[in-house]
Parts: sequence; structure tokens; C-alpha cells
Amino acid sequence: MDQPPAPVFRMKDLRKIYRTGEVTVEALRGLDFEAAAGEFIVILGPSGSGKSTFLNIIGGLDRATSGEAWFRDHDLIRANEAQLTRYRRDHVGFVFQFYNLVPSLTAFENVKLVTEIARRPMKPAEALALVGLEDRMDHFPAQLSGGEQQRVAIARAIAKQPDVLLCDEPTGALDSKTGVRVLEALTTVSARSGATTLVITHNAAIAAIADRVVHFANGAIAREERNATRQPASAVSW
Amino acid sequence: MRALDIKLWRDMLRLWPQALAIALVMAAGVATLILGVGAYDSLSTTRQRYYEANGFADIFASLTRAPASLKSDIAAIDGVAAAETRVEEIALADLPGMAEPASVRLVSLPEGREPALNRLHLRSGRLPAPDSYEAVASAGFAAAHRLAEGDSLRVLINGRQRDVRISGTALSPEFVYALGPGALMPDDRRFGILWMPEHSLAAAYGLDGAFNQVSLSLVPGVDPDMVIDSLDRLLQRYGGRGAHGRADQQSHAFLDAELHQLRAMSRILPPIFLLVTAFLVNMTLSRLIALEREQIGLLKAMGYSSLSVVRHYAGFVTLIAAAGIAIGMVAGSWLGAEMTTLYAKFFSFPFLVFSRNPAVYGIAAAAAYAAAIVGAVKAVREVAWLAPAVAMAPPAPPRYRKILGGYADLSGYVRQSSVIVMRHLTHWPLRTLSGIIGMALAVAILVGSLWSFGSIDHMIDVTFRRSDRQDATITFTEARPERAVFNLRQLPGVSAAEPFRAVAVTLRNGTAERRVSLIGKEPGVSLTRVLDGALMPVTLPGEGIVISDALARVLKLRRGDRVEVAVLEGRRQTLDVPVSAIITGFIGLTAYMDLAALNRLLDEDSVISGAYLMLDHAQTDTLFAALKQMPAASFIALQYAAVAKFRETLAQNVTIMITVYASLAAIIAFGVVYNFARVSLSEQGREMASLRVLGFTRGEVSALLLGELAAVVIIAQPVGWGLGYLFAWAMAEGFRTDLYRVPLVVNREVYAWASLIVFAAAAISGLAVGRRIDRLDMIDVLKTRE
Repeated sequence: MDQPPAPVFRMKDLRKIYRTGEVTVEALRGLDFEAAAGEFIVILGPSGSGKSTFLNIIGGLDRATSGEAWFRDHDLIRANEAQLTRYRRDHVGFVFQFYNLVPSLTAFENVKLVTEIARRPMKPAEALALVGLEDRMDHFPAQLSGGEQQRVAIARAIAKQPDVLLCDEPTGALDSKTGVRVLEALTTVSARSGATTLVITHNAAIAAIADRVVHFANGAIAREERNATRQPASAVSW
Repeated sequence: MRALDIKLWRDMLRLWPQALAIALVMAAGVATLILGVGAYDSLSTTRQRYYEANGFADIFASLTRAPASLKSDIAAIDGVAAAETRVEEIALADLPGMAEPASVRLVSLPEGREPALNRLHLRSGRLPAPDSYEAVASAGFAAAHRLAEGDSLRVLINGRQRDVRISGTALSPEFVYALGPGALMPDDRRFGILWMPEHSLAAAYGLDGAFNQVSLSLVPGVDPDMVIDSLDRLLQRYGGRGAHGRADQQSHAFLDAELHQLRAMSRILPPIFLLVTAFLVNMTLSRLIALEREQIGLLKAMGYSSLSVVRHYAGFVTLIAAAGIAIGMVAGSWLGAEMTTLYAKFFSFPFLVFSRNPAVYGIAAAAAYAAAIVGAVKAVREVAWLAPAVAMAPPAPPRYRKILGGYADLSGYVRQSSVIVMRHLTHWPLRTLSGIIGMALAVAILVGSLWSFGSIDHMIDVTFRRSDRQDATITFTEARPERAVFNLRQLPGVSAAEPFRAVAVTLRNGTAERRVSLIGKEPGVSLTRVLDGALMPVTLPGEGIVISDALARVLKLRRGDRVEVAVLEGRRQTLDVPVSAIITGFIGLTAYMDLAALNRLLDEDSVISGAYLMLDHAQTDTLFAALKQMPAASFIALQYAAVAKFRETLAQNVTIMITVYASLAAIIAFGVVYNFARVSLSEQGREMASLRVLGFTRGEVSALLLGELAAVVIIAQPVGWGLGYLFAWAMAEGFRTDLYRVPLVVNREVYAWASLIVFAAAAISGLAVGRRIDRLDMIDVLKTRE
């Protein structure tokens, strides 16, 4: 039997405390987490369970208050602002709930915007073909449907060939049918690129497409489960 | 307080830097208007009051000699309210600590009574004792030489050295702007006025029982030209040199020129600021309203009327306007007082009337408020009348277009960040245009003010280095035979002397006429030259008159035309003379003829009025000592001293002017860039934060905004240079008077400085906004829809 691959993410006793005035909120309470290269993980949990805080830390957008957080040999706790920017730029692909495309750039240009600063990007047209938008490359975001915009966002995230793909409620703003198409695009690019993929959602139906499902509650991991077989996105509905 | 009012105050607190930037631009408009109009009012009211209080005359005439009995005939002219006669002469004074002689104007005072006209304002001491060699000195001259009551100075009075004792100091409405012969600026060290008892002065000049000057005041409503004609007829046999009104009285004319300039300034600057204010209000309010679209829908859904929504945003504009108007009024009043005080130093007024005309303040406030409302109208109109349901729905996403309709595919050559900048700028063409025009106006204000320094240099260069290159001009007490110039050449320190003849004439073409001094010079002289339009020396032709372009303009004359020359002295002929050339001249209205031709035309022997001198600077002291003893010399004007004084006065004004205009331009540049950047940031903040999440560095994200600003600022430069040239032209036209004409010369340095100052102001406000980019909340954008 193969050795289990070395984990790309290692989190230990991760804590995040927000202080606003007199109010102290403990968003993460000593969380332990590991992820292997190429793993497809769905993180489920209700609002306020800490999953977004976790994504912010793992994505290099915020720093934990204490504990350990490593991406390979990058220390995400002690990294400074510039190092975190570098980390996001070189290793992380983001997909947002509201797509966050640049409205003044076409689909092609939105992807190219990222490939211009990436170290080993794929061609923008290639990334758009992966999400099935080769015919809509010259359209501006305002001329695309929500599902199409999200697929552009996925193409944009994957075009830099990231090590990690972080998706925050990628189907949150979409109807079921469109959401499924987006998930199909997501699983396709994730498999093709071999990127470790984390999808944060409160939509439990999505859990079926993952290798592993992590349940968050009260700032900690409540339980984890491993899918014996992953369902294709087309089999999911909500 | 009503809920909407609370919202208004909170909005204002949140947006205060933008509101302040707009208020400052508006304040500059209000301040320049109050300053310009206020200083104009103050100066003209002060002059008016002074004239009234001291009986400044309406008509002035000089003559050779007339018996005192003529005074009653003069007073009997129809329309004359009062007449005063006196003796007036120019003399040289020898003052300790001054190698060169100073010029003094000796003016007689009637004995035992106050003069009816042009009364003195005694500053210290008393009037001179009758029949004495005492004098009241002009206050500036006395101060420059520390002359106090009881002190004496030596004056060459009609060829005899006399000690004149100072009995007091005074100001006079005739000498508010006291310009010495041949001077360009008032110079209290080199020129003064001495008022002396009539008997002593008349006796010294052989004018006992006679006078050589007369002033008149008119009954209100009388046509001065008719009185002038009657007076000229009366004085003709007594060597009258042509009576003239206040317009040709030197001090009055210079004050007029100053008032003229103030008015030109107050017409150009304030509209610029108010235009920019309207742009800025529109830019900022449009964005604020776009952001609050849903709230507006909500307010209307709850039952607020469109009108109350309009009133709410009008309240926002009114608050900004109130701040701008208040700052502008305070600044304008303060600057106005400072400026009037400067005038008081420069001009000799005994008192100052600060004009605080409420109408000016009212007009300034109304104009500023109107500009703000005009800027607000479009922004408010778009949303106020939307149905609540439409307003509450998010606006349609902006539809961007490919530049040039996508025909020029630049994607292979241009980075996408540049594409974002270009598309954003072209998507809001009106806003981009307002930004460009605003910045261009900032550049234009600077070009339109800084040009004058280079231009004055050009004027000095042409006038004193290429044209009138003499070191000194000596003028005789009366016309002398031409051979007098040989005697001058014998004086120590004189390297060259060129004679001239000056004749007072009126040039007339149709209804246009001007009193000028027609100068006769030798044709091929090298010291003083006349220059054509290309600044090449012109040899005075054997016949015909040569006039300056400024004179040609006012008389509507061209080369080859004929002009009527009415001689105002001697036999008072009226002649018809061809204009043989038009020459370059910036100072005064000048007319030249060949000396021999002029004497021939006047049917006189070869006589001269004085000479232009080139001096050997090693021997000037000896020369001055000799001149102080020379009975024939009426006065000597030193060119280099005049130019130095001119430059010195200018240098003081330069610093003030550059500071004022650079601050004004910086206010506009800062206001425009700051508001433009804030609006742009508000629109693109979400995109920028998203890009930060995607791994773009702060610098790369800032470059999007700064790139946009840079594009606006750079495109604005050539536009600003062009507009600035137009302003400069308008100023040059506005400043043009008969006394001088400022040549329109805009050096490259002017454009460079204007751009540099604007770049600096833009950079400062760009940095202020750039700090906000650093604080963009990356986490927030992941979770929110715009």
C-alpha cells in the first residue's frame, strides 16, 4: 500500500479571537486540521461556526491569534503582509460567492488579469475552455448569467495553476441547475489540475462530491467523514 | 431633529474630506470675487473720497507764462466751478548720501489762504511761511531722506543753488502715484514734490504776477471737452501746451490702470473656481446618490415625497456651500484688507476706505450657491423621480464597451490593469472630462498668472536693452539750440550724447485722438533706436511720423495712412502727416520723427529739448556733481536706476503673486484629484479588494487608481497650457492701457512650473487616497454583494 502523501496544510490548535471594544469573540477554538495534496474537501457548518474564519486564515487573508498553520513550509501565522500576498499570488486560487469579476474586463481579460501575474499560468483561452465558456470569451460580466460569471471566476482561479483552490459558497447565489453546472466545472478543473480544493458551504447536498467532509460547529471541527465513493456533480441537486 | 436631518449630518461627518475639498474650491471663488471687487471698490472709493475732500481738479493746463489777471477770465469760462493758478517747475536737488541729483517738482502755494483746488493733506509741521524759502515736502520723499521740519536741502532753482527749509510734510491728490520724469515706478528717493510760497517761487523763475499752470473744477454735468477748448483758446497766446482732463493726469491715469487690472482679475478668476465647484459637486453627489439608491427607494416606499428626497440632498449641497461661502468670505475680507493696505503703501493716500459692500458679499454667495446647485441638479434629478420599486432594486450593472468598439485589439500589447484604467475612464466620459477640465483649469490659472514675469522681462529687454539703451536722459528747462549737445559731450563722464526734441501734440484720426509727446531724433542714431515688429532697428525716414503699435491701435492707423498732428505749443499748427512706419513699443504711446524733419515741419530752427547720454560709469560722480550745478538742466533721468526700481517693486509683487496663485491652483488640483479619486475608489473598491485577495500587491492595486489619476492629470496638461495661453491673452488684453502694454510672451518655464505645481498637488491628494487602498477590507468583499 502507498504511503499517505505528505499533507499540504497542517493546522494545530488554531485559535482566532476578535476583539472589538469590550466584546471578545472566539471564532476558532483550538482547531486541528490537515489536508493532502489533490484532496477535494467540503466544509459544512451553520453561520458563525467558524468556517469562514478558517478559510480566511488558510487563504492568507487573515492571521490566527495563536496555534500553528502551515502550507508546506510556509508559516501562515508568522508571515508578514507581503509574504501573505506572495502566498496568495503563487499558490491560491479563490472562487467567491458573488464572483467578484472586474466589470470593465471581458471574460478572457478577467482570466488574463491573473495569468499576467502568475508564475506558470495556462493560457486564458484554455482555462475558459475547461469551464465550457470558449464561446463567451469576449463578453463582459454584465453580459453573462450568474452561472457563467461564476465559471469565469473558476477559470480565473485555475488559470494560474494553483496548488490550492478555495471556494467560498460558490453556488450560494445560484439556483440548483446553474449551481450544478458550476460544481461540474469545479470538479473538472480540480481533477485536471490536481489542486487541493476546499469548498465552504452550508449546502449539505454538495458534500457528496467531496473526498472528505468536515463539519464545523462553534469554532471547532465537530466531525469528519470520508466518502467511500465521490458522486459526480451531475448527481447532486437541492 | 428629524431623522433625515440626522442622516444629513452623519453623511457630512463621513464625507467631510470630500466636502471640505469642494468647499475650499468654492471658497477660492468667493474669496477672489470679494478680493477683486472689494479691492476695486476700496481703491476707487478711497480715491473718490480723497479727491472730494481735497478738491482734486477736473482740468489741468500748462503754459509758458500768463498774467495773474487772466485768472478771472478763466474762472468766467462757462461751466467752471473754481479755478486755481500757480507756478510749477522741475528742479534738481542735491541730497546728502546721493551722488546723482534727485528731481523735485516745485509747486507754488497761494499765500495767506488755502488753494481752491488740489489742497494738501498736511502730515506734519505747517505750511511754509510767506515769502520764504521754506517748503512742505511730499511725505514719501521726506521719509526716504529722513527730512524733518527744520532740515534743509539744496535745490538748483532756476540756475541758483538755494537752501530750502522743510516746514512740514504732506500728501496731495495730484500725486497719489508720484512718478518722477523718466521713471517707471514711483521712487521716493529720486523724486519728490516741494510746495513753496508763491512769491518766492515766482520771483525765482521770473514769474512775478504771472502763472504757468492752471487747474479747474467743473460744475457737475458740464462737458469737459467744451471747457478744454475754451481754456485752450484763452491760453493760446500765453504758450498754452493744451489743457487736458483727469484721464491724462499722470497720477490719476496710473490709478485708473490699476483699477482696470483689478477689474480684469475679478472677472477671470472667480468663474473658473465656480465652474470647478459645479463639476465637483456633480461628481461627488452623483456617486453618493448612486450608493444610496436603495435607501432613497426605501424612503419613498415609506411615504417620503420626491421633494423631501430632493430637499435632503439639496441640504447636503447647501451645507458644503455654506462652509465654502463662509471660508471664502473670511479669506476674501482678510485678503482684501491686506491688499488695500499694500495699495496704501504703494500709493500715497492719507486714509483708506475699506469697502465692505454687502452687495458684493451677497453676489459672491449667490453665485457660489448657484454653481453648487447647478452641479447638483443632474445628480439629484436622476434618482428623485424614480419609482420606489425601481430605486430599491440595484441599478443595472455598468455596461462597459471595448475601446474603439473592439476594432483595435490591444490585448496582446497592454496589460489588463491598463485596460481596466482605460475602460473605467471611457465609461464615465463626462466625469473624466470634468476631471480633465478641472485639472486643466488649475494649470491654466498658473500659466495665466506666471507668464507675466517672463513677459515683463521681455518688455524690459526690448525697451531698455534693444531700444532705449541710454544710461541717462537729460532734459533742458526750455528748448535750446542743437549745438547744446556739444557742450554735453564735453562734460566729464559723458561718452556719447544724442539730441532729441519733444513736442506736445494731439494725434487725431477721425474721432480717435491721443495727447502724446512727439519725439524728434536723429535718423541713424545708435544709442536709442526704434524697432519694427520683428525688433529690428528702423531708420527714421526723412518725412512722416513713426508710431508705436499701441498708438496705431487706438488711433486705428496703418502704415501709409495720414494722421492729423495738432501741435499744442508754440504756434499751435495743425498738420497732416503720413504714417511712415509702425514700431514696437510697450511703455506709453510713442511717436517719433526725424529731428530735422520735425523742426522743418514746425518751421523752427534746429532746437532740442534734451539729450540721451551714454555714461562712463567710472566718472559718474564727477558728472553728477557737474550736473547739479548746471543751470540749463531741468532734470536727469537715470535709466538703470529706473529699471532697478522697476525690478525691485516687481520682485516684491512676484513673491506675493506666485504664493497666491500657486495656492489657488493647488486648491483646485487638490480638490479635483481628491474627489475624483474618492469617487473612483468608491466604485472600484470592491474590485480592488478582490484583486488583493487574488494576490495583487498593494502597489499593483494602487496603480489602478493612480493610473487613472495620472491619465487625467497628464491629459489635462496640454489642455491647461492651451487654456492658460488664452487666459494670458485675456489678461494681456485686460491689462492693456495707454500707459503700457504687456507683451504676450509665455516662456517654456511657465508651462513647466505650472505643470510641476499641479503635479505636486495632485500627488499629495493621490497619496491621501492611496492610504485608503491600503486599508481595503479583503474579507468583506468575499461576503458581500455591492
